[in-house]
Amino acid sequence: MSKRYQHQQGLIAQFISENRGPLLVTPALAVLVLMNIFPLLWSFGLSFFKYRANRLNEPEFVWFKNYIKILNDPNVWDRFQTTALVVSIDVLLQLIVGFLLALLFQSQFPGRRVLLMLVLTPMMLSFVAVGAFFRYYYEPTFGLLSQAVKAITGERYILLATPEGALAGVIFADVWMWSPFVMLLVLAGLVSVPKHLYEAAEIDRTSAWRRFWTITFPYIRGLLLLAILFRTIEAFKLFDLAWIITEGGPGTSTETIAIYVYRVAFQYFKTSESAALGYILLFAVIVLTNLYLFFVRKRAAEEDA
Amino acid sequence: MARRREIGKAGWRRTAVMAVISFIYFFPVLWIILTAFKSHTDALATPPKFLFTPTLENFVGVFSRTYQRGGEAIDTKFDLFFFNSIFIAGTSVLIALIIGTLAAYAFSRWPLKGNDLYMFIILTTRMLPPIIVIIPIFLMFRVTGLSGSYVGIILLYTAFNLPFTIWMMKSFFDEIPTEVEDAARVDGSSETKIFFKICLPQVKAGIAATAVFGLILTWNEYLFALLLTGIDTRTVPVAMASTIGGDIGVRWGLLAAIETLFLIPVVLVTFLLQNQLLRGVTFGTIKR
Repeated sequence: MSKRYQHQQGLIAQFISENRGPLLVTPALAVLVLMNIFPLLWSFGLSFFKYRANRLNEPEFVWFKNYIKILNDPNVWDRFQTTALVVSIDVLLQLIVGFLLALLFQSQFPGRRVLLMLVLTPMMLSFVAVGAFFRYYYEPTFGLLSQAVKAITGERYILLATPEGALAGVIFADVWMWSPFVMLLVLAGLVSVPKHLYEAAEIDRTSAWRRFWTITFPYIRGLLLLAILFRTIEAFKLFDLAWIITEGGPGTSTETIAIYVYRVAFQYFKTSESAALGYILLFAVIVLTNLYLFFVRKRAAEEDA
Repeated sequence: MARRREIGKAGWRRTAVMAVISFIYFFPVLWIILTAFKSHTDALATPPKFLFTPTLENFVGVFSRTYQRGGEAIDTKFDLFFFNSIFIAGTSVLIALIIGTLAAYAFSRWPLKGNDLYMFIILTTRMLPPIIVIIPIFLMFRVTGLSGSYVGIILLYTAFNLPFTIWMMKSFFDEIPTEVEDAARVDGSSETKIFFKICLPQVKAGIAATAVFGLILTWNEYLFALLLTGIDTRTVPVAMASTIGGDIGVRWGLLAAIETLFLIPVVLVTFLLQNQLLRGVTFGTIKR
């Protein structure tokens, strides 16, 4: 073995030991850059052009025209309103149902683990499968819901035929699917409440209401906030479930912003416009994610203290 | 003793109440599983049938049924779609697990300059609406010819799984104390040995949980698969969704059978995962 070869080997070893972190991270970052960062930059660029993916025309640089067009488009504002409505009702109901479930599952009883798993299952299922369930249950003639209503009122009932009904149908399915998520976080908070605080409260004969707000609530506040943020981010992206159950209908009453972007991009093929719209969404998600991580870190710091 | 027995009795009463509540909550899943065992007429019966003669015809139908569309008999091809789902999810999760674990180890043990920023960007790529990424990827795949190929969708799903894997695995690495590693380092063990012999064995359960969660997330994914798989690489969710919109009327019994086959692995695995569920559904950001 030549001296020069040994020297080279030494240099490589030194390089590896000095750059261990960056080297280990490189493969993962390379995949992410290729499949996420690069596409994002591409669509950022695209959002300043006029381009349709189903035409052969060369992209034409149009500055902020796409953004201006979108922000002045009443359709976009209408979809944003629909999304805001869905997100707020959806997350609120998930909080209520999830919270109630957590209170029910708070205490120990035989068979708790198995029953808990039954309730937690919905959130692990695919949106497509859950969407298909509920389409079957909302089916006008032989759906369970339609039959139940018909048995009571004696009239044929089509939930998805009215805008309100369709919204309720989509939200119900999403609440059913994701309330367990809130339950799981609240349960984690409830477990962390020190038992001796309850014992002390019992000696002081504190009312249950007061006990909840002064002892329990401070321990679950942090996780509750995280649950709200996490569910808001996810509900904001709601696509699959609404797409399977209503396809945005009737009319555009359940067309969330995610479905709208999909239509603009892949049905109307206004590629660059959809990219611009996508960037507005991206901005909202980045703000929410930042907020979420801020509270995650805050909670971790409090736990360590 | 008397007191304990009292609690026991109250406990069982509570179990009964909770069992009713849980089964009501679980009912939508249960009813689909029951529907899967009904004949076509039973599935469409009004009023709904709670008692019926179970049949396996739907399950047989999933894999063998051919139907008429414009006169020509077409195979449902669900054997292929199930294979695709397993193959694509398995491969992409495996790749993501290998490179993601390495990266997570580095993020945990050799923090880079701006470590938190990297972690934030990585999480953001997972949180952002998939529709934003898919527009350029769709164009990219069209140019490179990856559209409809296994390579394309596996590559995409690897990227889809990576942020989740990195955050999960970092949270597991962060949990194990570094004393043993440091001692081994003082004794002159190589870094490779420390990683494989000391660190990895301690996060075995974490790797398993991460893998299973990744498999479920990928198995369930719809939008990417809808736009980027071709007829031969189609996954079950896409095929399932297309049976709903079909022009021959929905065969609910058949659809229920597909769903049942599709859901059973997920339900079983959820039972195994229960202790890691919180961490998994929050992408490793909340441990307990």
